[in-house]
Amino acid sequence: MTQIAIKDITTLQAPARDGRRQRLQDHLFRWATLFFALLVLALLGGVILALIVGAWPALGTYGFGFLVTEVWNPVTEKFGGLAPIYGTLVTSMLAMLFGVPVSFGIAMFITELCPVWLKRPLGIAIELLAGIPSIIYGIWGLFVLAPFLQRTVQPFLIGTLGKLPLVGNLFTGPPYGIGVFTAAIILGIMVLPFITSITRDVFETVPPMLKESAYGLGATTWEVVWKVVLPYARVGVIGGVMLGLGRALGETMAVTFVIGNAHRISSSLLAPGTTISAVIANEFTEAIGDLYTSSLIALGLILFVITFIILALAKVMLMRMQRQAGR
Amino acid sequence: MDLYRRRRTTNYTALAIAMAAAAFGLFWLIAILWTLLYNGVSAINIALFTEMTPPPGSAGGLLNAIFGSLVLTVGGTVLGTPIGMMAGTYLAEYGKTNGLAQTIRFINDILLSAPSIVIGLFVYEVMVAQMGHFSAWAGVVALAIIGLPVMVRTTEDMLNLVPNGLREAAAALGAPMWKVITLIAYRAARSGILTGILLAVARMSGETAPLLFTALNNQFWSTNMNAPMASLPVTIFQFALSPYEDWQQLAWGGALLITVTILILNIVARVLATIGTAKR
Repeated sequence: MTQIAIKDITTLQAPARDGRRQRLQDHLFRWATLFFALLVLALLGGVILALIVGAWPALGTYGFGFLVTEVWNPVTEKFGGLAPIYGTLVTSMLAMLFGVPVSFGIAMFITELCPVWLKRPLGIAIELLAGIPSIIYGIWGLFVLAPFLQRTVQPFLIGTLGKLPLVGNLFTGPPYGIGVFTAAIILGIMVLPFITSITRDVFETVPPMLKESAYGLGATTWEVVWKVVLPYARVGVIGGVMLGLGRALGETMAVTFVIGNAHRISSSLLAPGTTISAVIANEFTEAIGDLYTSSLIALGLILFVITFIILALAKVMLMRMQRQAGR
Repeated sequence: MDLYRRRRTTNYTALAIAMAAAAFGLFWLIAILWTLLYNGVSAINIALFTEMTPPPGSAGGLLNAIFGSLVLTVGGTVLGTPIGMMAGTYLAEYGKTNGLAQTIRFINDILLSAPSIVIGLFVYEVMVAQMGHFSAWAGVVALAIIGLPVMVRTTEDMLNLVPNGLREAAAALGAPMWKVITLIAYRAARSGILTGILLAVARMSGETAPLLFTALNNQFWSTNMNAPMASLPVTIFQFALSPYEDWQQLAWGGALLITVTILILNIVARVLATIGTAKR
């Protein structure tokens, strides 16, 4: 039981004759907390409003075409967001392709396989890694991963997959080291801790009774995970994955270092590209002219809208999971 | 018998794959930390803490960036913590399950993972563009917005852990609600709220994107809050992407410094949270 020591009990009590002042203080405190809580809502509204106002010149000039034009020419002031939008979506999707199965494996290892003494340290380690700032992943990607990929993995991919029809287009061109592929891998590594810790938490909400019944009927560990744990935790796992996706879409520093910053859409994944956040990070302070700045803010608005939708969906799914667990 | 063997094979294969995935994932994460240590430790020396960021091609340190990071983070904490704490208090003590509180909770959770670069754009629009110049104040506000949702969330969670019996006991003694909250609930949740502050500080001290076009960067020592101010993450960004060897060295040193700071903050926060809950 928690104990709070109060030296003088009269500090707590409202003097009887002072009722009105106490009520006033009570109201003031209540309204103050409400005010600051509303500030959180206002913040979101403010962000959206500021972005719309900032993006207005660009959106007014280019209209819907902004979303589907690839040109990005500061000299002639022709701007289209297709290349960064494409880059953002492709890097994040690839990152999920790489990150989700691995996170799933780690979560399964932690909840079902690893010895009990290892469970806690491993879980803590994963959570600590989630706290490492993205710039660290970026600097590592630039100095270690990119040269490594350039020397080994990329030539190999070009030599093997690059020769195949159709798929080959994805793996052609010189091995630059930096590019969409490298950015996707960094993002994949970065979202590992996020997705793993959520997946693990969701797995642990599965009632032991269910698992034990399955084991009792003679199911193997894999069958328990695949046929009992996963179906039960499905919504939560999807929510966790989408939360990771939201993070990956909006990630700036890890990507900016290794994406190559080329405003074009290449068929090859090994070629340099760009993402919305990387474009903003690289060009915003150097943008000259209202239309240029406004185009970058318009990209920011698009990014915010996409991530907002993804994160909202993730949140709804995780809430459904919580309700289910509470039942 | 055949079915049995097949199930067993599937099981072992799946388990082997899960273990391989775990090893694979952890391998990358360890590789990152190891490179960071390897490159960072050799970059750490006295000069790193005592000298200013150098022009390209000469030796120097990160003193102005370290100082700037401290100022910005402390500023962000001072500004963001009380707001987050009050908002969290509303959610835990007054709102509970009403529609408004549900909405705020939902929005707060989204802000928690919202792209930080967008926060930078927002602060640029409302502060930098209005004032006409980059400033440390804008950086402080941007970081406060980054830390705010963390604070709201932990305050609410920690207040929810305070047993209701305590509140009822205080109320029975005649304490009005605001005294119940400030004198009882806050004190019972003290270590938890401290955890929240530490987590928010950890989050803020590593952020780069929101500072890029708010506090910008500064090559020199500056204590002027109305002028651009250097910070560790932005300096790392600039130095790592430069072609100069000694700048890259400094970037590694700074990266190690930030990571160690954040790891320590996170560990202390965890220990505090454990102590806080163990009492019950």
